[in-house]
Amino acid sequence: MTINTSRRSFLKGAGAAVAVLAVGIDPKGALAASTSEAGTAITPFVKIYADGTVAAVIKHFEGGQGTSTGLSTLIAEELNMELGDITFEMAPADAAVYNNLFFGALQGTGGSTAMANSFMQYRTAGAAARDVLLQAAAKDWGVGPSELTLSNGVISGAGQEGHIGEFIATAAQIEVPAEPVLKAPEDWTQIGNTQKARRDSHDKINGEGIYGMDIQLDGQMVVAIKRIPQYGATVASFDDSAAKDVTGFIMAKALPNGAGVVAYAENTWAAFQARDAIEVEWDLSKAETRSSDEIKQQLLAAVNTDPQWQASETTLDATTAALEGAAQVVEREFFLPMLAHATMEPLSATIAATEDGGVIMYDGAQGPTINHATMHQILGIPMDKIEVKTLYAGGFFGRRFNAGADYIVETTLAFSMTDQTRPVKLVWSREDDLSGGWYRPAYAHKVRMGLDDAGKIVGWDHRVAGQSIAKDGPFEAFYVKDGVDISSVEGTAENPYAIPGMHIGLTDAAPATTVNYWRSVGHSHNAYVMETMMDVAAAAAGQDPVSFRLAHLPGDTADQKRKAGVLKLAAEKAGFGKPLPDGHFHGVAVHKSFGTYCAQICEISIDEDDYVQIAKYTAAVDCGVAVNPDVVKAQVEGAIGFGVGHIMRAQITLDGGVVEQQNFPDYEPLRMRDIKAIEVHIVKTNEAPSGIGEPGTPRRAQHSRTQSQPPGVIW
Amino acid sequence: MTIKLKINGAERSVEAEPGTPLLWVIRDELKLTGTKFGCGVASCGACTVHVDGEPTRSCQTYIEDVEGAEVSTIEAIGDDKIGAAVQQAWKELDVVQCGYCQSGQIMSAVGLLKETPKPTLEEIDDYMDGNACRCATYQRIRAGIQRAAEIVEG
Ligand code: FES
Ligand code: FES
Repeated sequence: MTINTSRRSFLKGAGAAVAVLAVGIDPKGALAASTSEAGTAITPFVKIYADGTVAAVIKHFEGGQGTSTGLSTLIAEELNMELGDITFEMAPADAAVYNNLFFGALQGTGGSTAMANSFMQYRTAGAAARDVLLQAAAKDWGVGPSELTLSNGVISGAGQEGHIGEFIATAAQIEVPAEPVLKAPEDWTQIGNTQKARRDSHDKINGEGIYGMDIQLDGQMVVAIKRIPQYGATVASFDDSAAKDVTGFIMAKALPNGAGVVAYAENTWAAFQARDAIEVEWDLSKAETRSSDEIKQQLLAAVNTDPQWQASETTLDATTAALEGAAQVVEREFFLPMLAHATMEPLSATIAATEDGGVIMYDGAQGPTINHATMHQILGIPMDKIEVKTLYAGGFFGRRFNAGADYIVETTLAFSMTDQTRPVKLVWSREDDLSGGWYRPAYAHKVRMGLDDAGKIVGWDHRVAGQSIAKDGPFEAFYVKDGVDISSVEGTAENPYAIPGMHIGLTDAAPATTVNYWRSVGHSHNAYVMETMMDVAAAAAGQDPVSFRLAHLPGDTADQKRKAGVLKLAAEKAGFGKPLPDGHFHGVAVHKSFGTYCAQICEISIDEDDYVQIAKYTAAVDCGVAVNPDVVKAQVEGAIGFGVGHIMRAQITLDGGVVEQQNFPDYEPLRMRDIKAIEVHIVKTNEAPSGIGEPGTPRRAQHSRTQSQPPGVIW
Repeated sequence: MTIKLKINGAERSVEAEPGTPLLWVIRDELKLTGTKFGCGVASCGACTVHVDGEPTRSCQTYIEDVEGAEVSTIEAIGDDKIGAAVQQAWKELDVVQCGYCQSGQIMSAVGLLKETPKPTLEEIDDYMDGNACRCATYQRIRAGIQRAAEIVEG
């Protein structure tokens, strides 16, 4: 059943009194139902409108990873309706209710946690809604609830039938069961359904979807910022006389934190032109002046000396002893460059005064409570008068959530320097984005692996050096344990391979830029290095890369079984070991991250000129229950492209501390022709859902030819 | 200066400084925000519109050069038979992820299918080369174009 009634026209006609049933969490943290929409009584996960429209209230923003579809599926399942019939709304900022269960008191999306967090929470809310609706109908009809069923928005039984919107007033009076009974997995029709019914598809194919960049408020000023050219610089003085010639220029002001000069204008084009016309004198006395080559040499030197931190239970001494007893030792060094997120939508957010003396911010908000707190701190406005309207985000890959809340602070500061009567919209250009990023830091690795006569790994000494993302920032307590920034070494010591004597040493490098989480974070470099080393070792042991890996996944633990499972599946589907056309090669990689196991077999072709193309990726993924298998596939397809695009060509480099890349021609994205085909296979399992936005990214599954090549070779 | 143009079938006159990219007139003056800004230097395709039927990067098209031209954007592409087919195919295959590049992808795909109703994979890769997708939805875009070709053929 599709309900096409326009909600707005209904609301006008019906009056506001009993227009919507909201099922969610009350101020005491208990499940509750209410007819108040303002969120005073409860803050909902699901809303039922009087016309029968059902809306899932999405607490994890939609940046392409499919949360609007995934969380809606959970509600639709418990309400016995089709995914295609449910709508969604983005949740407001309210950390008490919409916090990420993995992040404590913070409402935010990251670490591929959206489904793992929401799987029980949203199903429970959906089941509670079903329960109160059935009880309400039973009460209205004077029958027992067990006589009634709910299906596709219609409650029927005991000779009666009515659509759910008719019962919302009664339902709001009914006490919500604390632990409603969830549907059994064997009764699922939506969870695990391979349908293609993305909830955000419609908005995104006809230009209707509103992103941060699209906000057009009456009277808004658009601002662009001339930012510091390098890390540690500040504004000394500026001259805006040339900007005054730009039609539409309003004024220029230095940010109070010294991070740049804001050009205020009537529209975006004028803001960009005025910004470019402003001359700034920078104070470079504390600025970074190193170039990438220097940083690279320093990092490589760091992995060749004793590490600063021990990031494994195994000590360096123990591993050194194991390597001494090995039949052979292989070793390689690696350097992995800085990377930018380069989301397709350059950053943008808008802030405006509201009638009650508060403010509202429009943003594709990855962490709405960070927006909330930032505005509260800078503007001194009470929290309850601050709203955050979460919009679609044009990609994030981690960029929109960082220790400095950079663009959110900028938007708020720019607004604070005005009389606050006009909305202020901040717009970043692509040049701003690439040269003013919060980058994946550069890392050096050095690995020494010892093998016994049978080709078994007997020791693994792995050194990592790079700038810590978490240290000295607000997430330090979360990420740093005993001096080790977990995000620098994740994926190494705790990986499922049966590797005895694995020592992980970490050395922090001096900051070179602002740095941040980047899709798959530490796994992005650690898995790359580890999987390359598995190839190097396989070659040294005279084994093929799949058998060698499987030999180190004997199935002693569930972890090993699942990792071996995806590898076997990918190898089988790719026809690994079977003859390939001339000039074609298979590369192999498998890794666990964010609770998810992903194996990839990459078939590449190399022509006489050594031109490399990716003919096909065959991936297998085990992410627990795949709530939306097609979204899972899309995420793996996209993550593979994102990961390999960076390995193939994109990197951020510094010259005298200044980022050299300005726009896409200098940071060439993956293009359509780069990968000819991707096939994704999903392991069927009843395990709880784990992450899917990131696990396809890390690893190298390019080409086993690299086995024999020296360090520094990317392919 | 005042410029007259026909946008999605309607005559409009807009005030803009010479040298203003068509993109910013479309977004900030006409408030048609479906056309996206991705790079400003004609290297991502997010801003693709049709000018007199030709897919054009609006970020590198000056407003004075389109005086009197017919401009169509994503908001109206569904009125076109091929445009509607591409949108339908995109929906059938759930092509979008973040969606930010997709207006431009769709406008380019329509341009391709107008020129070449049954493109080969190689022709698709060639034609779509300038449309970047940071979410890497490429293989669904490719499949979407092939599916749209089928839909148009009926
Ligand atoms: S914005 Fe025009 S091509 Fe990128
Ligand atoms: S769908 Fe996100 S950039 Fe293409």
